[in-house]
Amino acid sequence: MVSIIKSVYKNKTIETIDFLEYIQLVFTDYTLRTITLGTALLGSICGMLGSFAVLRKQSLLGDAISHAALPGIAIAFLISGAKSSDTLLIGALASGLIGTVWIKGITSKTHLKSDTALGLVLSLFFGFGMLLLTFIQKQPNANQAGLDKYLFGQAATLVERDVWLMAIVTGVSLCVLLLFWKEFKILLFDEDYAKTLGFNTKRIDMLITSFIVVAIVLGLQTVGVVLMSAMLLAPAAAARQWTNSLGKMVVIASFFGAASGIIGTGISATQNQLSTGPVIVIIASIFVLFSFIFAPSRGLLFRQLRFIKNRRDLELHKTLAFMYHIANTHEDITHPHTIKILNNFQGFTRKTLQKLVDKNYVALDGQMWSLTKEGFDTASNLYNQLNKTNE
Amino acid sequence: MSSAQIEIQLIASIVAIACAIPGTFLVLRKMAMISDAISHSILPGIVIGFFITQDLNSPLLIFLAAITGIITVVLVEKIQQTGLVKEDTAIGLVFPTLFSIGVILIAKNANDVHLDVDAVLLGELAFAPFDRFLISGYDMGPKSLWVIGTILIITLLLLWAFYKELKLSTFDAGLASALGFSPAILHYGLMTVSSVTTVGAFDAVGAILVVALMIAPAATAYLLTTNLKKMIALACFFGVLSALSGYWMAHWIDASIAGSITTMLGFIFFMVYLFAPSKGIIAVLYREKQQRKEVLLLTFLLHIKNHSEENERHVNHLNEHINWQKVKAQSVLDLATKNNMISIDNNIVSLTKKGEDFTSQAIDFIVTNEDSKIEHIKDDFFLFRG
Repeated sequence: MVSIIKSVYKNKTIETIDFLEYIQLVFTDYTLRTITLGTALLGSICGMLGSFAVLRKQSLLGDAISHAALPGIAIAFLISGAKSSDTLLIGALASGLIGTVWIKGITSKTHLKSDTALGLVLSLFFGFGMLLLTFIQKQPNANQAGLDKYLFGQAATLVERDVWLMAIVTGVSLCVLLLFWKEFKILLFDEDYAKTLGFNTKRIDMLITSFIVVAIVLGLQTVGVVLMSAMLLAPAAAARQWTNSLGKMVVIASFFGAASGIIGTGISATQNQLSTGPVIVIIASIFVLFSFIFAPSRGLLFRQLRFIKNRRDLELHKTLAFMYHIANTHEDITHPHTIKILNNFQGFTRKTLQKLVDKNYVALDGQMWSLTKEGFDTASNLYNQLNKTNE
Repeated sequence: MSSAQIEIQLIASIVAIACAIPGTFLVLRKMAMISDAISHSILPGIVIGFFITQDLNSPLLIFLAAITGIITVVLVEKIQQTGLVKEDTAIGLVFPTLFSIGVILIAKNANDVHLDVDAVLLGELAFAPFDRFLISGYDMGPKSLWVIGTILIITLLLLWAFYKELKLSTFDAGLASALGFSPAILHYGLMTVSSVTTVGAFDAVGAILVVALMIAPAATAYLLTTNLKKMIALACFFGVLSALSGYWMAHWIDASIAGSITTMLGFIFFMVYLFAPSKGIIAVLYREKQQRKEVLLLTFLLHIKNHSEENERHVNHLNEHINWQKVKAQSVLDLATKNNMISIDNNIVSLTKKGEDFTSQAIDFIVTNEDSKIEHIKDDFFLFRG
């Protein structure tokens, strides 16, 4: 990747490529354009399908499937003897699907839990794949080099055909997604209801899982077996924080995925010795972290702010209720009292008093306070509401 | 066998045992995927440790890597506690990120680091005997044997000391904490042991094989027994068995030792998965078929009992009324006849005395819905139940 840019900019050092030049290069340079498009497409399809994986609590399925695809690649190579990526991807697809079916078989027919099943398939398939890879490496066949690019992925090996393949798969899965939207949605949120409505949940389940497998297999060449699961999860987990609607989540997730693909490619292309896969994953994780903190309504920051605001409101109400109790003992509700009596009360501060004055619930006169008519009504009403909820 | 071969097999077997013990508890506590996460996320710890010590077997490196493992667990729990994502998503987010950081650290310093991501993930057992542990020039055996041996001894001591606490908190966390055993301490203790074992073993066998050695023997043993002690013993046995057979397979086909040990683990698990008595897939399918038959028989007998009129009890009528295929109807009919539940007279089915008794008991069960009634029925009538 670096060498590509070096070859274009022979007379410049890499660090001097500035942002605009890079953008220009993305559009003019064949390799860079292919890789950027490829990672962006991959990111968006992973975000789209990953949303379903995350919501169905199948997040780690991606990890298991991507590892399980390895022996398929090796076997496809052993059978065909060719290194064409199509054949290898079909092998990966087959063995990924076998792994998925086996995971389902283990969890449904034995008492082993899904985490054990995932771990088993992941490690056993991967180990078997490694056995085959080392076996291939020792074969007297000059053609075998480069199979291990599937371990960590090499975005630089993407060619235009791969990108077309990704585009087609993205298109097909988008169509299927739109076509079966309501089936997927109902399966996601209420499987039993879907069953009673007469949907074949097993078939829908298989359909969506197969698409997840396809997305993973597509990504193997780019980000590799090990990091593929993060490609699937991170955009979806980030998107989940911004919305409660499935449609919006899928769109936001594919946007996040594409953005991490583009930014990751950019960083790894302009920096020395950074492979694309890990950089994309780290960018995606930064998106997740940002969403965790800053997303409105679900994000940690706003949640904390809301928490503080609620506590303040509660204290204000407590103070008002306390004042109401005092005022209630007098015939004239606006009868003034000294501020001193309030000092023993825990929720009380000068600030809350000032707030009550601002809201026109309380009138201040020197060291004396008195409830206004409005304040008294609000306080008594507050009490009634409390009583009602207590009942 | 040369001495190097014996040493490799010894290391592989000790690693297998050291992994099987924490692995058993991870599988029982439904935390198997945590071992996968730890095995990946220790990478940055190893890299940083390696920068400092320049030695893959130094205790400091193992310590740093184990800390990274624990940080992983803590991070996963913290993310999960925010309630923003589920536990599995939290695991899936944390370890690839940490792993990526490790990969980038290696790539950035590739010129002055003799550390290969492949080596971390896959390990190379065949080279383990070449790295000797020397005390004042005297050869004490391979270094990794010492490292993993020490870890195994510590694991065994901890297991012996905290066996009942672990057992209790694994099977009944509520009772354990009510009795005053802190689940948190045991949890993090187990996580620490898992991290240390993973780090100690990764050099010899690689991160992925560590996961396989932790999960597969325990899962295999879990299919064969429900006794914790037996399960640990079986897991160790399966681990060692596949370590030894895997070594010889690798020797025979000239491929990666770690890969072939994993393949043997997979083979053994698959065999047990198929053939385990009572929990194997064949036994489960057979039992499900038997149960289906029993339900069919029961439905049929109840139907007969409900109808006194002859046309309802006609053999041919059964096909259409209960909506069974011909073959299925015939097999149920045969079964009922064989058990003396019914008698067929001129193609009209009627219940025998035994059949009458059986159905009234069955109705009794259905009405009262008490398990004690059905137990009795099983003993008396279901002769074909294995």
